[in-house]
Amino acid sequence: MTATESGTASGSGTGTGTGGPGSGSGGSRAGRLVKGPGLLVVWLYGVMSVGAVSRSIFQIATEFDRAPLAYALSAVAAVVYAFITYTLVRGGETARKAALVCCAAELVGVLTVGTWTLVEPSAFPDATVWSDYGYGYVFIPVLLPLTGIWWLRRSRTAA
Amino acid sequence: MLDALTVAVSVAALALAAWCGFAAYRNQSTKDWHFIGMAVVTFLALVQLVVGIVQLVRGEKAEEGGTIFVAYLLGALCAVPAAGLLSLTERSKWGSATVAAGAVVLAVLEVRLYDIWTVG
Repeated sequence: MTATESGTASGSGTGTGTGGPGSGSGGSRAGRLVKGPGLLVVWLYGVMSVGAVSRSIFQIATEFDRAPLAYALSAVAAVVYAFITYTLVRGGETARKAALVCCAAELVGVLTVGTWTLVEPSAFPDATVWSDYGYGYVFIPVLLPLTGIWWLRRSRTAA
Repeated sequence: MLDALTVAVSVAALALAAWCGFAAYRNQSTKDWHFIGMAVVTFLALVQLVVGIVQLVRGEKAEEGGTIFVAYLLGALCAVPAAGLLSLTERSKWGSATVAAGAVVLAVLEVRLYDIWTVG
């Protein structure tokens, strides 16, 4: 077992059920994506899903006419987040590939919408989740797909 | 709303984030003490939810709307316990890191709650 994580071997060993992420999927079910760093990725996607979905529902239900483009894009973002969360929880090779495609799409979306909002602010009377590359969300929207892609690619080599 | 309460929840959340972040840094999973810490933070968030709803019922208005305000209060209540339950399924430093992330989310929600309540 090559410990790829930090080398500080604490006396109280962490459970042996799930070995280190990179150290052969010994005890855990093959293709499982929610383990090790994957848990953190899933958690953040879950938070973004809840945030984006509830925000979209509220905005579209109450004030869609004010900024249709922005709210429609927020809804798209919400669907993408929810789908990625679902595939990550589900696990397996097919889900992993689907999630990888969606993470790439998400990254493209963030970069496109981010640039769009900066170039043509007049088209967006109100902010979207992806405005200014996710500035309103501590840049998580632009960092999360990168982390997700990293984790999903790494899960393949480990499996 | 009660500013002191918002500040208290924020500080407690950041302290929890630092504590669990430190555990993750030291390669440790969440321990009983961490869960007691989570319980304290969750209790504060629960008090905040009750106080917030009471204030709305008494006729005070949230600047950005009562629905959003209550939605954020519920989100603030769920953030840390949800991360804590997840950390039970991952008995490694990544469980601790997830709780730390959940506490940071709570702190961010507190800032938003303040914005939603007061005139921007």
